[in-house]
Amino acid sequence: MPVCRALCKRLVRWIVVGVAGLVTAGCGSHYVVLHPAGPVAAEELHLIEMAGVAMGVVILFVLVLYAVTVLRFRERGGGPYLPQWNGSRRLEVGLFAVPLIIVAFLAVPTVTQTFALDRLPPGRHHLVIDVTSLDYKWLFFYPRQRIATVNYVDIPAGTPVLFELTADSPMNTFWVPQLGGMEYAMPGRVLPLYLEAGRTGVFTGRSANFSGVGFAHMVFTVDAVPTARFDRWAGSVRRRAPPLTRAGYRGLLAASEAPRETFSGYPSGAFPQSSHGFTLQGGMYVSR
Amino acid sequence: MTHLLAQLFPPSVLRPMELGADASIVIATVAIAAFLTRKRRWGWLWREWLTTVDHKKIGIMYLIAAMLGLFRGGVDALLLRTQLAVPQNTFLGAEHYNEIFTTHGTIMVFFMAMPFIFALFNIAIPLMIGARDVAFPRLNAISFWLFAFAFLLFNMSFVVGGSPNAGWTAYAPLTELRFNPSVGENYYLLALQISGIGTIATGINFLVTILRLRAPGMTLMRMPLFAWSALITSSLIIFAFPALTVALALTMLDRLFGSSFFTIGHAGMPMMYVNLFWIWGHPEVYILVLPAFGIFSEVVATFSGKALFGYPAMVGSMIAISLLSYGVWVHHFFTMGAGAAVNAFFGISTMLIAIPTGVKVFNWIFTMWGGRVRTTCAMLWQLAFIPTFVIGGATGVMLAVVPGDYQFHNSYFLVAHFHNVLIGGVVFGLFSGLYYWWPKMFGYTLNERQGKWAFWFFLIGFWVTFFPQYLLGLEGMTRRIYIYPHGLGWSLPNLVSTGGAYAMGVGFVILVYSIAYSARHKDLDLTGDPWDGRTLEWSMPSPAPEYNFAVLPKVSTRDAWWTMKQAGRTSIRLGEIEPITLPKNTGMPFLLGLSFFVAGLGAVFSWWPVALAGLGGVLALLVWGWFVETGDHVIPAHEVRRSETLPGRLEA
Amino acid sequence: MIGQVQTDARERPLEFRDRRDNLAILGFWFFLGSDVVLFSCLFAVYAVFQGRVAAGPTPRQLISLGPVLVETVALLTSSFTCGLAIAAMRRGRTGPLAAWLGVTMLLGAGFVGMEIHEFATDVRLFGTWHQSGFLSAFFTLVGTHGGHVSFGVLWGAALLVLLWRQGLTPRVARRLYTFSLYWHFLDIVWVFIFTVVYLAGKIT
Repeated sequence: MPVCRALCKRLVRWIVVGVAGLVTAGCGSHYVVLHPAGPVAAEELHLIEMAGVAMGVVILFVLVLYAVTVLRFRERGGGPYLPQWNGSRRLEVGLFAVPLIIVAFLAVPTVTQTFALDRLPPGRHHLVIDVTSLDYKWLFFYPRQRIATVNYVDIPAGTPVLFELTADSPMNTFWVPQLGGMEYAMPGRVLPLYLEAGRTGVFTGRSANFSGVGFAHMVFTVDAVPTARFDRWAGSVRRRAPPLTRAGYRGLLAASEAPRETFSGYPSGAFPQSSHGFTLQGGMYVSR
Repeated sequence: MTHLLAQLFPPSVLRPMELGADASIVIATVAIAAFLTRKRRWGWLWREWLTTVDHKKIGIMYLIAAMLGLFRGGVDALLLRTQLAVPQNTFLGAEHYNEIFTTHGTIMVFFMAMPFIFALFNIAIPLMIGARDVAFPRLNAISFWLFAFAFLLFNMSFVVGGSPNAGWTAYAPLTELRFNPSVGENYYLLALQISGIGTIATGINFLVTILRLRAPGMTLMRMPLFAWSALITSSLIIFAFPALTVALALTMLDRLFGSSFFTIGHAGMPMMYVNLFWIWGHPEVYILVLPAFGIFSEVVATFSGKALFGYPAMVGSMIAISLLSYGVWVHHFFTMGAGAAVNAFFGISTMLIAIPTGVKVFNWIFTMWGGRVRTTCAMLWQLAFIPTFVIGGATGVMLAVVPGDYQFHNSYFLVAHFHNVLIGGVVFGLFSGLYYWWPKMFGYTLNERQGKWAFWFFLIGFWVTFFPQYLLGLEGMTRRIYIYPHGLGWSLPNLVSTGGAYAMGVGFVILVYSIAYSARHKDLDLTGDPWDGRTLEWSMPSPAPEYNFAVLPKVSTRDAWWTMKQAGRTSIRLGEIEPITLPKNTGMPFLLGLSFFVAGLGAVFSWWPVALAGLGGVLALLVWGWFVETGDHVIPAHEVRRSETLPGRLEA
Repeated sequence: MIGQVQTDARERPLEFRDRRDNLAILGFWFFLGSDVVLFSCLFAVYAVFQGRVAAGPTPRQLISLGPVLVETVALLTSSFTCGLAIAAMRRGRTGPLAAWLGVTMLLGAGFVGMEIHEFATDVRLFGTWHQSGFLSAFFTLVGTHGGHVSFGVLWGAALLVLLWRQGLTPRVARRLYTFSLYWHFLDIVWVFIFTVVYLAGKIT
């Protein structure tokens, strides 16, 4: 038994060291969800932290109660034996209230933020980018700039971006963790997603919904640059890059991975018609 | 001919790993067949097992199947974790990895957890409620054989035709024929459909059994909690599984008969599949976890030597959870643009489930308060369950916070969460039940010392596997990717996670070894009541006799057996014993399962004559079942008396 | 819900006398509950797919009420004759029981025949269900009901043989009774199909 206890102690030490090592090993910028680079991701992180703290309190409370109970009432624990004690109205009501309060505490910001994040910030100019997920690549159309890119997307920092998502392939999700949460890209529907980069930088995005053999490679980069540089870039693409032809689009439909590409224009109708300035209220089963 | 061969043996089933598995399957089959032949056990196998309608034997067969499922699903898991151990690994290719995570999830849910639950229902429920049998013994055998042949059909995909590869959720339109032309997905659709029919039948069977066959005096509010959980689970099965039936059927129609439900073209709507799948899928989560809650409620009371704390609240909270479970399915796809109002509604309904669940956790803890907690293996799994499940539940609430879910959806945070509740809740519960009821099944207890080794390996392995996965989620790693580059901070957590998975594997091996060891060095249970139990199954000899109760008990309180022991009314009077009538064995359920298997296999490969022959067999067997009564057999009173003498409970 | 068992066995209808038959009837109710969910899902699918016609016909173009009214009358009448069969069974009169059950089967078979003809006409005029989500949902919902009726016809025919071979035993009475529950259930489902698919499809 002493051997066992020593072993247990050593195990506990290993666990503590291991957990600490794991958490600190990447506590830097690797934790993309914890290092938001824009207001949407920041707001989501705020809620995650709130929920995390609330849940941490709950876990701590239950674990302490649990540990005390088990230690006190194990066979050698010396606690009193009360075989008939099988209910207490007052205690049960009290313990019913604990999760109720926690849930109420979390429910209110959940509802308000769910609604808030579903709208573009009012009164600000925004950029529209139409995103199509293909087997196994991302195609970006800039309807106002009439340019297109594959597997990378440049955006102006500090400007809200409305990504309109669809798919010409099985479903994917469009996820740039540092800019905000994900949304599905589905065939037959156009879903809006509002993201914004609060600062310049290069952010990795990927698909989070399994879509076939090339799924793991559906990675793209978001390059947030100053507005002036974005405008210059868009202008030069329009002047210099070749256009995306219908044949070119059909080529992109083939199931394969693709390198970064840039196009100065794209066929009309390549993206499902969407009226700009529509409200960000999806509504179930509304195909637009 | 060459076309047929190419269809049966595509390159994906001719990889070294598959061929190696084939070889070991062949060797194992030949070995078993040779053993049965040498020991002249074929007739025994048919008479005692394949044709049995005894719910306890059916339960044992479910248990064997569940352990096989756990083995296959576990090997799958280790292969996945091996591939992910280091960045840029080339151990498995993309296609191979996709097949393995699909079969891992499908087997763990449908062919490990479900049969494990049905095993324990079958073994314990009739005994706990003081019933002589289940309501429909033959239907019970039919359920089992549909399940067993479906399991066989699903596993055949590995050897013939190729495995499914669209994930256990099989979202359309990835399953659409033009994206997924191999027969693997057909195996998935047909196997789950066939086992689903059996599952609905099991739900009806146990609902009627519990409602109608309880011992005299056992009112609903005197039932053991495990019986309550079976009652509620059965009703969930009956009213949730048809949604899966429809989801699978429509996908099958799309793939095999050219309809346009979930297709991209022809105004199909892939998202409708997702809705139907999760309308079943969320209640399914509670179909899995409520029985575990029931097991824990029995185990904690028994090993604390104390009545369950807050029994009415425990029942009420299970009912509340089951009702709420129908109203939360959209939380599986907050990120599909349902709109803020819908998302907010489903976020709140999901959080509400935390309230009855919290009540249950507190009540389990207060059951121990004032008790004498004996740390047997069964109880250890319960003790591990509480903290593990509380943490898993808490991360679940974090996922219910809708904007948080936008970041967590389909990331490793989600993967960690659902393994946290499904292993920490369901698997721990099933292991607890396994240790608890083992003596009632086989007449001896499992070795406790080895069991503790298995427990610690599995528990520590579990946390080492899944805690890093929470971190990986926060690092932006998405589920179902087979390869990842250096430099994202994912390497160390993945390596640690893989190490943990191997530790869980060691735990499983020790468990299996321990079962084999205990079977050789039987620690016989001669009392029938090795744990100082509280409920009626401990009032009979171990293993439970074929007829269950020599004399049906009369119940006047909860924890009926405990009350009887307290009052010293544990013996049976000789004069009370009468001859007992039980249904005869029948080969019809086995043949029915076989016919479904033939029909399913025909449909998988679109060999319509074969499929029709199978369906013809099904109809013929049904009609045969209507016309030919199987009949009953009677156990004479002296035989009952003889087998009851052993525990020394007979008095003149 | 299902006949609280009275104490005197002889007072009970034949099909409720044996304990096992009692259990089977309760079990069958739960099966019907499960089937209600199945049809609810199919109705939900139909409701969602109603407008998804692509290049195929709209509900209004597809549906012609004439033959459907005949189908409806046949099925509703068969439900009535099924009731008469059970009434005869309660009085222990095997002859009328078999006759009414036979009429029920004939009406059921007629319903199935007309539905097959309706589907064949639809396919000839408008093409297969491949064309649109709507057509797929239409044929699946109506066809699932039709499949249930077809199975019922086979079941009823088998029961007639069983009745002839074994006479009106409690076991046979229970099988007839559960069959009648099934048959009335299909009638109710048809009322919904007629309203939701045919009437609503023609009007809107």
